[in-house]
Amino acid sequence: MTHASHAGLMIMFALFVSIVFATLMRDDPKEQLFFGGQLFVAFVVGGIALGWILYFFPL
Amino acid sequence: MREATADRAHSASYTYLICVAAWAFPGVGHLLLGRMQKGLTFLITLPLMFAFGLWLEGRLFPINRFDQPLVVLAGLADLGIGVPFFVARALQLGAGRVVALTYEYGNAFLIVAGLMNMLVVLDAFDVAQGRK
Repeated sequence: MTHASHAGLMIMFALFVSIVFATLMRDDPKEQLFFGGQLFVAFVVGGIALGWILYFFPL
Repeated sequence: MREATADRAHSASYTYLICVAAWAFPGVGHLLLGRMQKGLTFLITLPLMFAFGLWLEGRLFPINRFDQPLVVLAGLADLGIGVPFFVARALQLGAGRVVALTYEYGNAFLIVAGLMNMLVVLDAFDVAQGRK
């Protein structure tokens, strides 16, 4: 695993979790797709936003 | 849209059989209940996420380290994925390489895959009970 990037892994994680949650919480495939997309965007944007917030508060 | 086959409640023993199958093989509980699309999605996604965690050099935590409660909890979460956990152990995968860049990511993938399979088992239970 020498070519993994933090952002890439975060996006991959968000993708897996979004797929499973959307499939669990919605019955109609179209609704699953829409809800999964919303979840995915929320995870990725939230992760990037949190990363920038923490940037200003170094440990 | 719900598939019609699972709209009725099943007997208690069948429900528990469904739950065991759903735990052992992610998605199989839903397949047995006739929810093919959901079952196939879980059957592909969850083992893939688990395999990804192993590839990222995550660790399959032991469940018998009672002096370290957090390790036991992580082990129980790993165990949530079912048979793939035992297959990985048998193949001596999941040793975890702490100095690897992706070690913590691997742990996150392994633990969350197991926890999400537990949610899938609960969902299969609800479907078998006729609640969904």
